[in-house]
Amino acid sequence: MIALADLSLRWKIPLRVMGAVLGTALAVTAALVTREYDEMRQNLDAHGKSLARVLANTLVTPVLHDDIWRAYEILQSARDPTAIAPELQADVVLVTDADFNVFVSTRPREFPIGSSPASRGGVYGRLRAALVKTKATEQQVIEPADSVHYFVMSPLVADGVALGHVILGYSKISFVPRFIGLVGQAAFVTLLVLLLILPFSWFWARRTGEPLVALADAMRRVPGDLEVARLADLPKSGDEIGQLGNAFRRMVGELKHKQELEDQMLVTERLAAVGRMTAGIAHEINNPLGGMLTAIKTYQRHGGGDPLANQTLSLLERGLTQIRHTVAALLVETKLQDRPFEPADIDDLLILVEAEAHARSVTVVIESPLQRALPLPATLLRQILLNLLLNAIAAADEGGRVRLGLNSGDGMLRFSVCNDGKHIPDEQMAYLFEPFASGREKGYGLGLWVVYQIVQQLNGGLSVDSEPGCTTFSAEIPYVEN
Amino acid sequence: MNEGDHLLAGLCRRAFLRSALAVAAMPLLPVRAETGVLRIGLTPVFLDDQLSFLTRWRAWLERRLKRPVAFVQRGNYREVLDLVRGGKIDFAWICGYPYIRYRHELRLVAVPLWRGRPYYQSYIIVPAEDGHSGGLPDLRGKVFSYSDPDSNSGYLYPQYRLTTLGENPTTFFSRNFFTWGHRKVVEAVGVGLADGGAVDGYVWETLAETHPALTRSTRVIERSPEFGHPPFVARPDMSASELQRFRAVLLEMASDAEGAELLHLLRLDGFVAGQPSLFDEIRRMAARVRQI
Repeated sequence: MIALADLSLRWKIPLRVMGAVLGTALAVTAALVTREYDEMRQNLDAHGKSLARVLANTLVTPVLHDDIWRAYEILQSARDPTAIAPELQADVVLVTDADFNVFVSTRPREFPIGSSPASRGGVYGRLRAALVKTKATEQQVIEPADSVHYFVMSPLVADGVALGHVILGYSKISFVPRFIGLVGQAAFVTLLVLLLILPFSWFWARRTGEPLVALADAMRRVPGDLEVARLADLPKSGDEIGQLGNAFRRMVGELKHKQELEDQMLVTERLAAVGRMTAGIAHEINNPLGGMLTAIKTYQRHGGGDPLANQTLSLLERGLTQIRHTVAALLVETKLQDRPFEPADIDDLLILVEAEAHARSVTVVIESPLQRALPLPATLLRQILLNLLLNAIAAADEGGRVRLGLNSGDGMLRFSVCNDGKHIPDEQMAYLFEPFASGREKGYGLGLWVVYQIVQQLNGGLSVDSEPGCTTFSAEIPYVEN
Repeated sequence: MNEGDHLLAGLCRRAFLRSALAVAAMPLLPVRAETGVLRIGLTPVFLDDQLSFLTRWRAWLERRLKRPVAFVQRGNYREVLDLVRGGKIDFAWICGYPYIRYRHELRLVAVPLWRGRPYYQSYIIVPAEDGHSGGLPDLRGKVFSYSDPDSNSGYLYPQYRLTTLGENPTTFFSRNFFTWGHRKVVEAVGVGLADGGAVDGYVWETLAETHPALTRSTRVIERSPEFGHPPFVARPDMSASELQRFRAVLLEMASDAEGAELLHLLRLDGFVAGQPSLFDEIRRMAARVRQI
């Protein structure tokens, strides 16, 4: 039972449909056979009664004249050993006299003349009892349960007086072959019909099961393989299965969205942690660094002319200055008072990157409908845009294109920088905005980190979308109108 | 097809229909005293149910007698006997018993030769599966089948036999019935309808050759002494010349090729004129039985 319950719908539905078809076929066959059987029995009864009546009428004279041989010949002539329907052939015919003794029979050895069939006991004794009960002039059909025969009895009546009876004994078994033939015929027709119907039913049932099976397959892939689940070939009908498919697609979509959000949150949190740590370290480094640089300057101004010391201090100063620049880059500071960002700043940016673009034969296009100054710190925005543009030019193919799009409205500055170079591999995406994550040999790998930190500090959002031939960095930065 | 052909075809058809009707009506011809047709009554003293044989025999007799012949068959001996006694038929092949009873009216024509002699026997038979009955006395209280009340072998002999045993033939058997034919006695005993029967020995032996399955289901338990074989007799007013002519035809049957062939079909060897004394034994038995 459990094995059956566990069976796939792929098989269960067709099997059940097969079962239903077979059941129907069997029921129809059984009904037909039953009907045929009844008809056969009625035919047999009618045939038996009419034969018994004819025999009774014919036998009156021989019985009256005590002409046993003539009676026997009449019984014989009623037999047809080559009958087409053997079940219509009486197995035994008895002619009894008024005392229920055998006058003549078709089986003289079993029913000797003058003997009483009732003396054999059993069925024939009951026949006699049945005869006693009924009117002498009526036909009777008696079917004793324990006999292989059933009997049609017709009285021999002359002038209203019963001379005896004609008893036809029909074998109950003799129409078994006919019945089996009938069942066989019905089974054959049923089989033919089944042969026609079953393939269709099977096909149809498989089709009914398929959407469910597909749905189950897709569901098994949740939540591990959401993309495959989302792309599964689900039914698109309006029925319940279709609705289920739609609901499933919706669910997978939401799951995927949630997963993306979680991934993004993870990245943001990591970046925030890195930022905090970086800022802490930078401050810790910055504080003694200022003192060291001041000490060196003071020594240079007031110190002696020891050339070796001067040379050493100069080396120290350059190194410390480099550390300061690096730390300064890490420690993005936005608290500074700045002037607003103006359209002219964009023109400056174009000039600033021109040399680099020219060197790599990259065309830089700027689309900016900006007409007025925005209340955003110009220095920081210039730095973001400059970093992104330089990155884009570096990433673009030789002779490629870089496009900067920029617009504002509803208190939001939106811009995007895209290039047509190689796309960023997926495994690199997660660490893109972390410091020193650059895949390139040139630079420190702090450009995008700085961009990210500034956008974060300006309460904006930064996203990247990279496909082959088109990598776009987009940012949204809110501002408050005066 | 021209007019002449039509006419011819019509004539032919009419002629054919007439002869066909004649053939069909042959065994059923009404019994009328026509001088043209010689009427011969037949009884089941031989196997009279072989229509093809009768057709050939009639044709042979017609050729020999140079006049039409009609066979007349009836359901029992009595009817044939009445016809010949009343002069409604010319000759009849009957049993020795009725001949003895009406020997003053009927005239003996010829007696068949069976196995070279004009004698035959009566057989008492029982079903083959009855292995213990050794003779007629063993059949007391059984169902017995006679062939015809006017038959010697099928009725008179068993009656006489019981009488000589000191039995009353009417009460010796529990039931008895007539089958109106020797062959049917064999059938009735064979299927077990009767526990015993009396049959013409010549008929039984002939059946044993031609229908062995029939006789195999029976067993002969008694054979009677020899009696004169059932004879051909003539109606009382038959002219001597005509009787002689018919007798001559019968007597020379064995010497004719086709006649011999017909005789062989009946398993007979020929005919002899015969003497009434041939049937003395039957007369003695009949007298004895009548006394009771």
